[in-house]
Amino acid sequence: MPTFVRRRIVSSAIPLVVVVLGVFCLARLTGDPAKLYLPLSATPEMRTEFLARNGFDRPVLSQLLDYLGNVFTFDFGESLRTGQSAAGMALRAFPATLQLAGTTMLLAIVGAIVIGSWAAYRPNSVADRIASLLSMTAGSMPDFWFAIMGVLIFAVTLGWLPTSGVVGGPEVWVLPVITLLIRPFGVLVQVVRGSMVTALSAPYVKVARSKGASEPRVVFGHALRNAAPPVLTVAGDLTVGLVNGAVVVETIFGWPGIGKLMIDSILQRDFAVLQAAVLVTAVTIFALNILIDLCHALLDARVRQVVPA
Amino acid sequence: MSSTSTVALDVEGLSVDIRTPAGTARAVDGVGFSVRSGQTLALLGESGCGKSMTAQAIVGLLDPVAHVSDGAVRLDGTDLLTLDRAARRRLAGPGISIVFQDALTALNPVQTVGAQLAEPFRIHRGLSRRAARKRAMELMERVGIPDAGARMSAYPHQFSGGMRQRLLIAMAVALDPSVLLADEPTTALDVTIQSQIMELLRELRAERDMAVVLITHDLAVVAEQADHVVVMYAGRVVEAGPVKEVFAEPRHPYTKGLLESMPERVGRGTGLQSIKGSPPDLHSIPGGCVYQDRCPMVRDRCRTERPRLTVVDAEAGSDHSAACHFSEELAHA
Ligand SMILES: Nc1ncnc2c1ncn2[C@@H]1O[C@H](COP(=O)(O)OP(=O)(O)OP(=O)(O)O)[C@@H](O)[C@H]1O
Ligand code: SF4
Ligand SMILES: [Mg+2]
Repeated sequence: MPTFVRRRIVSSAIPLVVVVLGVFCLARLTGDPAKLYLPLSATPEMRTEFLARNGFDRPVLSQLLDYLGNVFTFDFGESLRTGQSAAGMALRAFPATLQLAGTTMLLAIVGAIVIGSWAAYRPNSVADRIASLLSMTAGSMPDFWFAIMGVLIFAVTLGWLPTSGVVGGPEVWVLPVITLLIRPFGVLVQVVRGSMVTALSAPYVKVARSKGASEPRVVFGHALRNAAPPVLTVAGDLTVGLVNGAVVVETIFGWPGIGKLMIDSILQRDFAVLQAAVLVTAVTIFALNILIDLCHALLDARVRQVVPA
Repeated sequence: MSSTSTVALDVEGLSVDIRTPAGTARAVDGVGFSVRSGQTLALLGESGCGKSMTAQAIVGLLDPVAHVSDGAVRLDGTDLLTLDRAARRRLAGPGISIVFQDALTALNPVQTVGAQLAEPFRIHRGLSRRAARKRAMELMERVGIPDAGARMSAYPHQFSGGMRQRLLIAMAVALDPSVLLADEPTTALDVTIQSQIMELLRELRAERDMAVVLITHDLAVVAEQADHVVVMYAGRVVEAGPVKEVFAEPRHPYTKGLLESMPERVGRGTGLQSIKGSPPDLHSIPGGCVYQDRCPMVRDRCRTERPRLTVVDAEAGSDHSAACHFSEELAHA
């Protein structure tokens, strides 16, 4: 494995370790873990039995070792609500979130590249000003507000689109995707535009034109790849934001993903499931960061060069 | 000087305007010259006098703030300025091409040099990736890059400054253009490398019978490299002619000043900073002669009447010309 990948894995793993330990502490810092895990109606006997069964009465260090063992085997015990394995529930909910985030980001990135490049091609033209104004507005729109307005107008008042759920045709995707799309799209258009303005004014662009390259070849063959790194970085952060922020949109639209699972487990004090959901999310974000770095390295040979630490 | 060779590039009355926050300014004003195949014309002048603007106007690569407001640029008889974009693109490479000053930024940092060298063949000859790659490799060998086969898949940052300049030159001559412009191709390089690059340009010019326009502010380079010289000042041509004649007997006070500021022993990298004062601001070019504020010979007439570029000695049959009312006073000086 190339050195830069190894180095990056190590540095991205730090936040992951923090989350893992954080979850462990959280379960214990709040005082009585039995209160956290068991329903409010639990009897004192049930609590003692629960503490003993889960080893909460043992020394903290051995609890930590057990917990780490569980993390590595991805075993968080059973859900209070369903009795199913908590890890299984988290893993089953996760694809729905990933699909939603993936579709959204794909549309946002492709759209932003087209609009952003178009605006950057003639900086300060009327087209550029319009694109900048609209993307700035979109980039600062709170998504929950848009989600609620969307449901009110298109689902409740007009009845054109379903309010929630993933059962049904492609129309169930419309409102959640648009809601999630608006802000990342706005932000990305601005990043693409800025980055492309710089790239298009670089001398190598002139050289490409001096070789008789067509304008699409100049823009997409030469400039875009040079403009890509900041876009990639911001798109990565936005994707992380989408996965983290899935809670709001999934709740509003009843989308059965990890965000909704988290909210449901919090509301129903289903701590084992919450724990599994948090860790699945953390691992995904870790993997995403590595993926972004690999993309950076693919795009630019200078990144691949091993810089002595 | 072979007068048998044909005129490859003929520039006439070329003017370029730039839009700045302070208003429109004329950066290039009525510049004209012509270059024959197999010969080198040097465009000489201080920084900011409009050499690069002239070159970029000729190849049609001006920045959006600048545009050609007048003139003609004839390449093998065809006026490039009357062609549409597609027709100009077809000539970019096989007809006319340019080498830029800073080879690091002129090469695309994220593409292999092999891909960049192959690009002219892909665009104009429609060669397959493989065939274009082969041509690119031959080209790399031709410009003297050792181990070309292995270095095809290297990136620009893995080459030295001199090698990068060789790559740029290779790209520019890939399709045997009739005219090659070189905009200060060696300023960023050290002295030994500079002469190697100049040598390479000379060889390529001879072997491909190209007309070369060499932009420089180095008098020594002009002396050893060029057949003709065009001296520019504040966007205008102030003197032009065969290098030997112009250097032996400059007929414009500016050229004379430049030559006098050159050290006894001609060394490379001699800047043109030694004349007192500085060129006028483009937004407030004085009426009359552009050089009046720095000219030791200035008179009243210079402030009111613009001197035209005229042949200095009509009987001599040479095209040595100067734009000075009193140029005959410099004869045999
Ligand atoms: N993008 C631009 N915007 C505004 N003014 C410009 C721009 N580019 C060039 N100029 C001005 O146009 C004039 C001519 O510039 P040009 O680059 O042709 O000079 P040059 O002779 O090539 O100088 P150098 O030897 O420094 O390369 C200069 O006065 C410069 O300040
Ligand atoms: S015209 Fe006058 S100011 Fe201009 S160069 Fe000649 S003598 Fe000097
Ligand atoms: Mg220049």
